[in-house]
Amino acid sequence: MTQMESLWRHGIKTGFIGAVTVVLLALIGMVEAFSQRDIIAGVISMGHALLLVIAIFMGYIAAKRTALSGIGSTLINSVVSGVIIAGSLVLLILLGSWVNLRSIFMNASPALYSLLTFGIEFKNGWTFLLLAGALCGLVAGLLYQSFPTFRRILITSLSSVIIAGVLQDMLRPTLSAWGPISVISDWLFSSNGLSLSGAITLCLVIAVILFIWFQKRDILRTRFSRLPSSGQRTLRMAGYVLLVGIFLVLPQVLGLFLSEVLTIVGLYVLLGLGLNIVVGYAGLLDLGYVAFFAIGAYVTAILTSPELGFFSLTFWQALPFAVILGLLSGVILGVPVLKMRGDYLAIATLGFGEIIRILVLSDFLRPWLGGAQGIGRIPKASIGGYEFATPQQIYYLILAGCAFVIFISLRLKDSRLGRAWKAMREDEDVAQAMGINLVATKLLAFATGAGFSALSGAIFASKLSSVYPHSFNVMISINILCLIIVGGMGSIPGVIVGAVALVGLPELLREFAEYRLLVYGAALVAMMLLRPEGLWPEVLHLRELQDAQSSSADSETPAPSGARI
Amino acid sequence: MAAMLEVENIHSYYGHIHALKNLSLNINEGEIVTLIGGNGAGKSTTLRTISGLMKPRKGSIRLQDEELTRLLPHKIVEKGVVQVPEGRRVFGRLTVVENLEMGAFACRDGKLNRDNLDRVFTLFPRLLERRKQVAGTLSGGEQQMLAMGRALMANPKVLLLDEPSMGLAPVLVDDIFETIEKLHQGGTTILLVEQNARMALQVADRGYVIQTGVVVLSDSAQNLRKNEMVRKAYMGEN
Repeated sequence: MTQMESLWRHGIKTGFIGAVTVVLLALIGMVEAFSQRDIIAGVISMGHALLLVIAIFMGYIAAKRTALSGIGSTLINSVVSGVIIAGSLVLLILLGSWVNLRSIFMNASPALYSLLTFGIEFKNGWTFLLLAGALCGLVAGLLYQSFPTFRRILITSLSSVIIAGVLQDMLRPTLSAWGPISVISDWLFSSNGLSLSGAITLCLVIAVILFIWFQKRDILRTRFSRLPSSGQRTLRMAGYVLLVGIFLVLPQVLGLFLSEVLTIVGLYVLLGLGLNIVVGYAGLLDLGYVAFFAIGAYVTAILTSPELGFFSLTFWQALPFAVILGLLSGVILGVPVLKMRGDYLAIATLGFGEIIRILVLSDFLRPWLGGAQGIGRIPKASIGGYEFATPQQIYYLILAGCAFVIFISLRLKDSRLGRAWKAMREDEDVAQAMGINLVATKLLAFATGAGFSALSGAIFASKLSSVYPHSFNVMISINILCLIIVGGMGSIPGVIVGAVALVGLPELLREFAEYRLLVYGAALVAMMLLRPEGLWPEVLHLRELQDAQSSSADSETPAPSGARI
Repeated sequence: MAAMLEVENIHSYYGHIHALKNLSLNINEGEIVTLIGGNGAGKSTTLRTISGLMKPRKGSIRLQDEELTRLLPHKIVEKGVVQVPEGRRVFGRLTVVENLEMGAFACRDGKLNRDNLDRVFTLFPRLLERRKQVAGTLSGGEQQMLAMGRALMANPKVLLLDEPSMGLAPVLVDDIFETIEKLHQGGTTILLVEQNARMALQVADRGYVIQTGVVVLSDSAQNLRKNEMVRKAYMGEN
């Protein structure tokens, strides 16, 4: 018996984790909310896909944990985990039919139960559910045993079907807008979700493309490395030009709604890059970062809005003031917290963020800052006759801001100041012993981050044409911090990936919006467990978490001394 | 011989606690001077005061007749007083070479930096072998070598060593002291703070014994080795 228990241990454990997850998701109404939308019309809804993905994922984890004990035990464990997950749903339905769960969980309705059994009556439904669970486990186990290339192709092509289904509302109008391509859209999508034939085609096309890519990848790489360096440079430049071109035409292709989403993501990229300097480069945990965003926005509002009638400058005249005041406020925040580290710094900066929000909200300052009603009629930015008014136009303003900030971030990273930040992040005391001026280095980090944030705030004010105190609550700071952590601390592409994942996706999926915080929390926990270095990590953090394997390999080949400094 | 570093009548405080009481010492060029004393005697406080991490309320610290007392820590490093902190404290996530580059932060002369790097690698061949390795994965002895090499990159006139043998296996302690000896032969001026008085007095030229913030004895290392009080209190002999 003990033999059996230890044999099934991992399956049971992961199964229970999955079971708690699916029951929770069902009870808070996520499954039901997601079921409104079909991924493949009439075949599978988003809610069901969510359950299946969890079951398969947990089965895969169970298989991975028992990888050493042979194929048989791997399969048993993943099947056990699948059955436990399905079983938990069966138990939930049984419990729901005896006790009135609705008095506690308002989502535990008969509609949910019928959803959970995939619409089959419970009499037969529970066996079906258990079988489905076992099947998911089996698939996961087999997936784990299969060839890595095959596995990657299968997972990627199936996920692209799911993504296409989830993003149908964006993809369909975008594709239809393009004359001849609209045929593809008609073929791919039905009224709700992908059509069955479209889904199969999409899956196959992606699989074939991936297959060819995996076959030819190495050949292409060697061919690229054999090119003379000038050729390599030309190709790289062509790549960059293509990338810039894509970014330039993006709003025209995507239409109004998606451009609006892009502008929001862009503002968060700007904010994220600023906080990335403070947290990622310099290692100072700043939770009051939204304050500088507010300062940038309010300075722009006060200087430009005819509603207050103080200055009535244009956006471009106000922008330098906003950024400079942002920089200064960064220094002003920095001075009192110079000696603080870690948790203490976080709490102190958190307070600073709230102080600014409460100041702009106060009745006392109402004649100057507008109080709770905020400041309206902020003019749009314009160059010559071109006004940045619609989201598609503001997109370009934000794109330019992002390009500018990315350029500065890149330059700073390898500069003397960047090295000082790195040393300070690693060990403040030793950094000081190396001759680094801690005061100046810290203040410069706060100021640079604050300047970026104020720039973002200025654009934000002109985008919305009005500013309100409640736009600048502490959640913005938390969101920015989360996107940096998820993207990878200190990494510039990581900030962009993080902003797209944590800001872009919830904007796109109205189903997600309600569960935004839950998804954030889950994403953070999952990241810490599965990919602690972030989605697109900086080299240094990768090193920290993976140094065990790589370190000894390099040291075998000594090279001439004094190679570089 | 000219005095390289002179510490004159300094008084340092932790809040109300009078940690250093009228402490004076001097180090001549090319000398190794050791500070010995028990826990809490004020050894590390002396080093912290010299490197500017603490400000003395009274007294003065001079490097080649140049006043250091009111300077900020990074200025003191630029002047040439460089500390190797206690407990090694290498940048664990950076590679050996990156650690050494950080050491050269205060020194903006590229040619000099390259020469210093060569010197460090000649002095510590182990570091050359492991120059791309992440410092956190080095052994304790190697980390101590790295910490010392990193300090040498700042081109010090005076090197302050804080407990270099702490937490190391006896074999490695011997290695570290051999290196200190080598640095000495190369002409580096060193102020060595050690709990291991026996080893310290073997490499040092002179020594100061401090108790509760006061210098109670100062003499040549040779004489201190023979001194009965020192033998009893710090070398564990009867």
